[in-house]
Amino acid sequence: MYFLKRLFFLLPLLLLISFLAFVLVRVAPGGPFDKERKPASPEIERNLKAKYHLDESFGKQYERFLAGLIRGDFGPSLKYRSHSVTDIMTQGLPISMTLGLLAFGFAMGTGIPLGLITAVRRGGWIDLGGSFLAILAVCVPGFVVGPLLIMLFAIHWRLFPVGLWGTPAHAVLPVIALGLFFAGKVARLMREGMLGVMNAEFVTAARARGLSEGAVIIKHAFRLAVLPVVSYAGPMLADLLTGSFVVENIFQIPGLGVFLVNSSLNRDYPMVVGLVLLYAVLLLGLNLVVDMAYRWLDPRVKYD
Amino acid sequence: MSFSWQSVYRFLTRAVVGGLLLFSCAGCGSRAEQRADLVIINGAEPESLDPAIVTGQPDIRVAGALFEGLVRNDPHTGAPVPGLAERWEISDDGRLYTFYLRTNAQWSTGEPIMARDVVYSWRRVLSPETASDYAGQLFYIKNAEEFNRGEIKDPSRVGIKAIGPRTVRVELTGPVPFFLDLCTLPTLAVVPEWTIERYGDRWLMARPLPVSGPYELVSWRINDRIRLRKNRRYWDVAHTQNDRVDVLPVGSANTALNLYETGAADIVWDKELAPSELLDVLLKRPDFHTFDYLGTYFIRINVTRKPFDDPRVRRALAMAIDKTRIVEKITRAGEKIATHLTPPGIPHYDPPNGLGYDPETARRLLAEAGYPGGKGFPTFQYMFNAAAGGAAKTHEKIAVELQQMWRQELGIHMELRQAEWKVFLAAQSALDYDLCRSSWVGDYNDPNTFLDLFMSWSGNNRTGWKDPDYDRLLREANSRADPAARATLLQAAEALLVRDAVPVLPLFFYRGISYYDSTKIQGIYPNILDQHPINAVRKVR
Repeated sequence: MYFLKRLFFLLPLLLLISFLAFVLVRVAPGGPFDKERKPASPEIERNLKAKYHLDESFGKQYERFLAGLIRGDFGPSLKYRSHSVTDIMTQGLPISMTLGLLAFGFAMGTGIPLGLITAVRRGGWIDLGGSFLAILAVCVPGFVVGPLLIMLFAIHWRLFPVGLWGTPAHAVLPVIALGLFFAGKVARLMREGMLGVMNAEFVTAARARGLSEGAVIIKHAFRLAVLPVVSYAGPMLADLLTGSFVVENIFQIPGLGVFLVNSSLNRDYPMVVGLVLLYAVLLLGLNLVVDMAYRWLDPRVKYD
Repeated sequence: MSFSWQSVYRFLTRAVVGGLLLFSCAGCGSRAEQRADLVIINGAEPESLDPAIVTGQPDIRVAGALFEGLVRNDPHTGAPVPGLAERWEISDDGRLYTFYLRTNAQWSTGEPIMARDVVYSWRRVLSPETASDYAGQLFYIKNAEEFNRGEIKDPSRVGIKAIGPRTVRVELTGPVPFFLDLCTLPTLAVVPEWTIERYGDRWLMARPLPVSGPYELVSWRINDRIRLRKNRRYWDVAHTQNDRVDVLPVGSANTALNLYETGAADIVWDKELAPSELLDVLLKRPDFHTFDYLGTYFIRINVTRKPFDDPRVRRALAMAIDKTRIVEKITRAGEKIATHLTPPGIPHYDPPNGLGYDPETARRLLAEAGYPGGKGFPTFQYMFNAAAGGAAKTHEKIAVELQQMWRQELGIHMELRQAEWKVFLAAQSALDYDLCRSSWVGDYNDPNTFLDLFMSWSGNNRTGWKDPDYDRLLREANSRADPAARATLLQAAEALLVRDAVPVLPLFFYRGISYYDSTKIQGIYPNILDQHPINAVRKVR
């Protein structure tokens, strides 16, 4: 019931978000057809605006946008005039999603074990080394990691391509560059969660029942300790899925991340609104999934 | 405390297997393609490949490979040579052009290319519904501007007619000496009517896509690659060198260099794609080539604001700039310093020298204008744009250098204002600036492509400077058929611009940089238009 209610509120929320994006991008100075080369006559500019209905009143433009939205059409890109916004999103989103999901897998797959080990071996050299690595991963930004990886693995040892997209080998370096930060973050969250839980009464009780330490950690402690990671996973996934401007730029990956930044710089109105909506759907949807996962992982959590 | 490594191991294998599964799925979406015969890194992602819409250099290079006009560029000199038209006649008064199409000109889908296709294509550019940015390139044709404005509704009144199945007659508004150069622009290329009328704005996605140029469009994935395949029905297919060509849009100079160095690309031909930090090292290599082209870096002055409404102040600013220092210290690619707007090398034209470096005179002029030693001169702003990659740093370094020179030589104080590109353009158009960075790259090989910027009515003027004498000189020049008489008038106009009125301060002429191994790549010839038809480029194995 609770989730149905939330789904119900999603729609007006998305409408509000699209409206704000629609307004804000038009408020910004400059327009999509402001170019260094002005056309030879003001009429040409007028023709351009008329073609894309930018000469209409604001209300009419928004009406047109909503009508398009119902048909699932965000309109043409004003920067890339031969493509529609939907074209660009259907080309870029699968690539950004692949990259993002792989980076998500990488972050979880390395972050969770690292957090677990460092918590279990608290105070030992494994903890020290592991925690250091996690902090390093969080501190070094993608625009340093990316070129560093390229320099070593693509140029010096020639193990992977320096950029572009197509084969699995093309994904290795970008996935690491994109996922490393999140891996560090997950490791730290996992470690803290685990440390908090390890001394809880139910863990002691589980031990008292004579369960092996491994079973105590995995079956009992882990389920609760992983909660902070789970709540972080939602926004993290949304972040990763919509692509990364920096990593996609460094590795020349044809995803959506580049458009997320450039469309607003280009004042590509339909593109900006389309991407904002896409991002909003992902973020809200993933938050919903996270809340559901919460209930499944922690029986004490109840929503009504 | 025994820790179960087994469970961790299980967890890890699951993560890895899951990742791999995901990945194999990703593989089916974007299957690995074989490397093309020739891979070119071309600069920014083209905004369009529709000849009527393209304006940027990267777009033009690709659109030009797909669609040809009556005239094409000679790969050596960039000069106009016969394209789809095998020959033409020009009337004595220079107003009437008659083009004769080749009998073997045909679309990639097999249909012959006829005169009516040319008429359709040109009218399409002019039609208000097409909303072509470069429609102005056709305004030299009789009634073209009126038709574009919507004042004339009947397209048959525009001065372009099919007077035979393969004969096109064009009537101009005057003797336009650079009309054949205009005919080489993609804007005037021939496009397939039936495909466009059927598919509308997305006609480039139609398959098969009929093309008139040397290459067919196999695929176009935005920000990924454009794949071209030799058009076997092109009239000059015998000289098309490579079967398959990939054009990669790359925005980052470092990425471009990395791709080139690891063999993923054969040619990088965009000036912005040479990392500026490494320029000193790279330019010494034999595979880095520099060349002059039609591009000028200059400063616009807002003459509607005090104290810049006084030409003496503007001249003083011009004469206090040590341009040699800028090209030697900052740009470093061998640029020539500029005192005039029109780059050297345009045929039949010798640009007049403008104001040179002369701080003594500059100080005197400033004193005459009422600001001896810079006393009483208000603090002003220099606006420059944030740009991608190395260009932004160059703009900033030049701004800082100017700031220092003017303070030192004239005792005046300038503030720097960096603006995002669209904000910058909007401010420039609204004359909401004091001084601002500017540049221009010529569309065709004639002084007019630079000088007509500063006509009073021009949307590209953006200085607030209006001079009826300048307008008159330029108009008169363009009505002369005799090159020598025309050149004299153009020189007078340009002298007015850069010597007397000085609403602009030219700094230097751009130098192009491209990189490719010339023992493996042939057929790229330096020319000031920076035109290198893709079909002429040859990869030697």
